[in-house]
Amino acid sequence: MSDHKQQPSNDSILNKSLTRRDVLRLAGTGGLGLILGGGAIGGLLTAENKRKEGARVSASNAEERIPFYGTHQAGIITPAQNFIYFAAFDMTATGSKALQKLFRAWTAAAAAMSEGQPVGDESGNYNLPPVDTGESAGLSPSRLTITFGAGPSLFDDRFGLGAKRPPSFTDLPAFNGDQLEPQWCGGDIGVQVCADDMQVAFHAVRNLARLARGTAVLRWVQEGFQRTAAADPKSGTPRNLLGFKDGTANPAVTNDQEMNKVVWAQSSDGPSWMAGGSYMAVRRIRMRIEIWDRSTLKDQEDTFGRYRGSGAPLGAVNEFDPVDLTAKDKSGNLMIPADSHVALARGDGSVQILRRSYSYSGGMDLKTGQLDAGLLFISFQRDLFKQFVPLQQKLAKNDRLNEYILHVGSAVFACFPGTSKNGYIGEVLF
Amino acid sequence: MRYKVVLPTGLLVASLLFSGCGQKEDTAADAKPTPPAAADNAGTAPASAPDFSAATKQYRSFAIEQCDLFVKETEKFTNAVKAGKLEEAKQLYAPARAYYERIEPVAESLGDLDPNIDARINDVDAAEWRGFHRIEKALWEDKTTAGQEGYADQLLKDAQLLRAKIETIDLDASLMVTGAVELLNEVSSSKVTGEEELYSHTDLYDFAANVEGAEKIFEILRPELAKKDAGLEKEIGERFAALKQELGAFKKGDGYVDYTELNQDQIRKLSQNLDALAEPLSNMGKILGV
Repeated sequence: MSDHKQQPSNDSILNKSLTRRDVLRLAGTGGLGLILGGGAIGGLLTAENKRKEGARVSASNAEERIPFYGTHQAGIITPAQNFIYFAAFDMTATGSKALQKLFRAWTAAAAAMSEGQPVGDESGNYNLPPVDTGESAGLSPSRLTITFGAGPSLFDDRFGLGAKRPPSFTDLPAFNGDQLEPQWCGGDIGVQVCADDMQVAFHAVRNLARLARGTAVLRWVQEGFQRTAAADPKSGTPRNLLGFKDGTANPAVTNDQEMNKVVWAQSSDGPSWMAGGSYMAVRRIRMRIEIWDRSTLKDQEDTFGRYRGSGAPLGAVNEFDPVDLTAKDKSGNLMIPADSHVALARGDGSVQILRRSYSYSGGMDLKTGQLDAGLLFISFQRDLFKQFVPLQQKLAKNDRLNEYILHVGSAVFACFPGTSKNGYIGEVLF
Repeated sequence: MRYKVVLPTGLLVASLLFSGCGQKEDTAADAKPTPPAAADNAGTAPASAPDFSAATKQYRSFAIEQCDLFVKETEKFTNAVKAGKLEEAKQLYAPARAYYERIEPVAESLGDLDPNIDARINDVDAAEWRGFHRIEKALWEDKTTAGQEGYADQLLKDAQLLRAKIETIDLDASLMVTGAVELLNEVSSSKVTGEEELYSHTDLYDFAANVEGAEKIFEILRPELAKKDAGLEKEIGERFAALKQELGAFKKGDGYVDYTELNQDQIRKLSQNLDALAEPLSNMGKILGV
């Protein structure tokens, strides 16, 4: 599938002899005749064969599998997968032992699932339910990532973690226009599950919830989607459900320095246990899409401050052209309205966050008959109150977009630093 | 209702009865899918496995005892219906059913008896609908006993038939293990949702009875489970306690409050406590070997 991306490696190719299986496989692909026809060509064929094997390994390693263990948790600067299944849990058990036990069990399961493995070994006992629920058997890992974070409520007196709470880590303040509904807010623990396959993502959440039974319960869940890689092979900036490109101004995740500045908490920031972790803001933002759909194109573009088609800032040509908030048209009006989404979100450019949002569809609003759809906004930042909060305060007050959106859900989680094979997620708390 | 369990030491005697994958065939197991023999496991079968004859004997006497009480209390109920005593019949309805709900999986393995006794409005063809819920609808929705005499007679006969048939049932440990989980699944699928007692809203009586029935099985098998997996035994014990404590908050007099008095949060919490219990309980099959 992705053979063309692979260069054959030169080492030891010519030394590799054909195994019986190679011969059978080549026979299957019509290559056997060539082998039988000329011995000297054998070396080249093994090279071809090696190349394919390399490609296969690479496809599963580099393209389908995101390592679970590492300095940072996966799923933060990981390029966004096609789907998300977000789950917020509340602990029902108390005491740090129960919490540690849960984190250990979740870590083992998450690491296994990230490798495309079931959550545990099957006993084969017909008198027992299977250990893994089975719906992802035979599926690729699909770039599954599972990212864990602690909500502010986890630092109350139930687990003896009061002293560990980062000083500024609390629930978000109320923003202008918030219409939060309790069923979409909060949670002791947030688990962001992303994958290129929805069934793989669902399987992960389901098995984590199952492992948590008796210790923690689901508080709320929300699935989300983006255009898939298959639908958008060029991997352009995804469009939100209002039809506009969303995420153009994200910082470069490949730039370590920038990530350290914007995303990763540093030990000097506060509690040392959060070093290498990141603070996540989650907002369930319902879009009034029926109203949006009857707004004029001019209105829509002025609202975002970008062209709908190209994604370019108003007055510019290409999506990634600089945003010039001072540019004026012939009559002296600002090209990009000062209360447009891009103008406010950009500001002076000094405050950045890493956005990792997905669209959601929650079925139908039974009261109105309208679609319950919108944005599951997710951002990661080094400090919620220095980055997300001032930004959102500004947007909540002035953003033209507010006419078309409604914040109904809100949660924040302190996502732990990553862990190694001998450790577990959240170990830094104990 | 509580039953004190005295475990005979004979329960712990090992025998070859349950070696390998072979399940003891019986009429009860016939109603359930019998696990296929697993070739992979044939070599790893334990040389000896526990003898559950004392446990099954104990459970059988429990089932018979419950069934005796069920017939007795059902007769009081059907007599009240036939005598046109509406309020008395309503009082007797839920307590009589509880004896049945404690041993439901046993009854379910006896063919048509379960639908005849316990079918809800759309479980069977309208023309065949009879039993408790048929009368329940008349008592609570139509507010009368009129026309229910025939159903009352039938119900008592069905209850007596259950009592007669229960003697013949060939219980085994596998039925007990799956039965315990089934009892909780009953709660999950119809009691928690308030669908079981559509007119009387006495769902919590059934809820509690199902849980008590499952707990009885657990108590009988508990020593064997403690030997196999002490952690699991402890966990299940704790979660029974947690669920019963949760249920206890809704006690009222000798029974329970009307299910419509519970708010969504309370119902969800009950449901989550139930799932928390049923998950480890579903692993009680460990005592059966592979």
